[in-house]
Amino acid sequence: MRAQFVFSEVWTGLRRNLTMTVALIVVVAISLSLLGTGLLFVKQVNNTRTYWQGKVELSIYLCTTTSVSPQCRQNGPSTPAERSQLGSDLRRLPQVQHVFYESQQQAFQHFKQDFSRDPSFTNLVTQNEIPDSFQVKLVNAQRDFNVVAGTVEGRPGVDQIVNDASILSKFYKLLDGARNAVVIIAIILIVAAILLVANTIRLSAFNRRRETSIMRLVGASNFYIQLPFLVEGVIAGMFGWLIAAGLLIAVKSLGLDTLQQYFPYNVQLGVTDLLEVIVLAMVLGVVLCGMTSFLTLRRYLRA
Amino acid sequence: MIHFDNVTKTYSSQNRPALESVSLDVEKSEFVFLVGPSGSGKSTFLRLILREERPSEGRVYVAGKDLARISNWKVPYLRRRIGCVFQDFRLLPNKSVYANVAFALQVIGKPRRFIRKVVPEVIDLVGLEGKHDRMPHELSGGEQQRVAVARAFVNRPMILLADEPTGNIDPATSIGIMKVLDRINRTGTTVVMATHDAAIVDSMRKRVIELEYGKVVRDQSRGVYGQAY
Repeated sequence: MRAQFVFSEVWTGLRRNLTMTVALIVVVAISLSLLGTGLLFVKQVNNTRTYWQGKVELSIYLCTTTSVSPQCRQNGPSTPAERSQLGSDLRRLPQVQHVFYESQQQAFQHFKQDFSRDPSFTNLVTQNEIPDSFQVKLVNAQRDFNVVAGTVEGRPGVDQIVNDASILSKFYKLLDGARNAVVIIAIILIVAAILLVANTIRLSAFNRRRETSIMRLVGASNFYIQLPFLVEGVIAGMFGWLIAAGLLIAVKSLGLDTLQQYFPYNVQLGVTDLLEVIVLAMVLGVVLCGMTSFLTLRRYLRA
Repeated sequence: MIHFDNVTKTYSSQNRPALESVSLDVEKSEFVFLVGPSGSGKSTFLRLILREERPSEGRVYVAGKDLARISNWKVPYLRRRIGCVFQDFRLLPNKSVYANVAFALQVIGKPRRFIRKVVPEVIDLVGLEGKHDRMPHELSGGEQQRVAVARAFVNRPMILLADEPTGNIDPATSIGIMKVLDRINRTGTTVVMATHDAAIVDSMRKRVIELEYGKVVRDQSRGVYGQAY
């Protein structure tokens, strides 16, 4: 195997149909980066979701001295007796997996942490204004919410019952929709990329039909005849991938990372997540271009 | 070296076979002219030896091997032992004389040192010494054909097939080409040459096989082109 010879053949091949090569690189770059973006979205959504899934699904806020809701004003702030009754009742329910009482002091700490970027806001609020609550983790959030909520609703000392899942589901729908759109466009583009690879290689084979016919004549093995074309496709794929990798880094650092500012907790994707997606894009790009040129050539250069 | 055993070749688009019940032997280091009008089956004969085509019936043996039993991936290795020259030279226009000849060795993966040693020898053998760096369009037709012969012979094949190698060349230059082919034949290479050139066949006095409508109508050692001409 003479690498230098093969690469000089590849170089002439790429140069001779430059426009197609550029088109191919661009399409591969765009389709890979869109697909990668889709994958980053998936990871981002999962990241966000995992955070919440470990958390509460049902928050029962209790009345405080400053609560404004009518039932709190009627019943007054929750007493320790009411709280312990509520806690033990909740623990007795089979639908409840875990109950955690968050005192006003703890809630205030969390609040300060969550809004640490906005000290003027945290300075306005005192510990008394932050309600204490029961944070309940359900066995099945979808099914059990109404049952559990129903048993405690309206009891003295109970202010609001909030279903965390319902708040997030809209946000998830948005993210899921965006992800699906990106993935669908990426798949369409990948089909376009496959067709373009096939076309480019066919053009290249046609341009070099003299060379290939002589190669066949003097007994070059099929592998040797196909190798320059194969390498050509793979090199174009690699260039496309390089561009895609750059775009993916941009998508992550300029796009997804800005999501962080809307979240008090850490949802930022790590470097490993990005690398994983980039490596996957490379494998896909190389396999896609390599396989396509190989299959195209088999039909075109049949002995 | 080449053995045709009752070979018939019918192309799917035609009713009349291109070759019909051809049986013959070509011995090692023989020089054979294949004559006959266009469409008599000369090219099919050569293509069968190269296994570019497979016979419809009968068997073709090259160097003792039944070509029907050679698997597809081994065909290139058969072709490495058969050199080919054509009427239209089939040189690569963007490569120099040296590069055209070297190409045949590069694509079968020969080491660079071997190529550097062998290619100049063969270029000298065909009488193109000092013209290594010329491009094909800078050469005359006869010189281009010499390059093609050099390329066909550079890997020292057992058999050299020539399909009307003098078809595009004037008679005076043709003699030079024939001298090269004769020289190659003397190294022990079997040469099979299809031609229309009566003067060449008559002057060489080699074995002549005449085909007509796909059949062997004459097989003569030390023959001439034909009584009819």
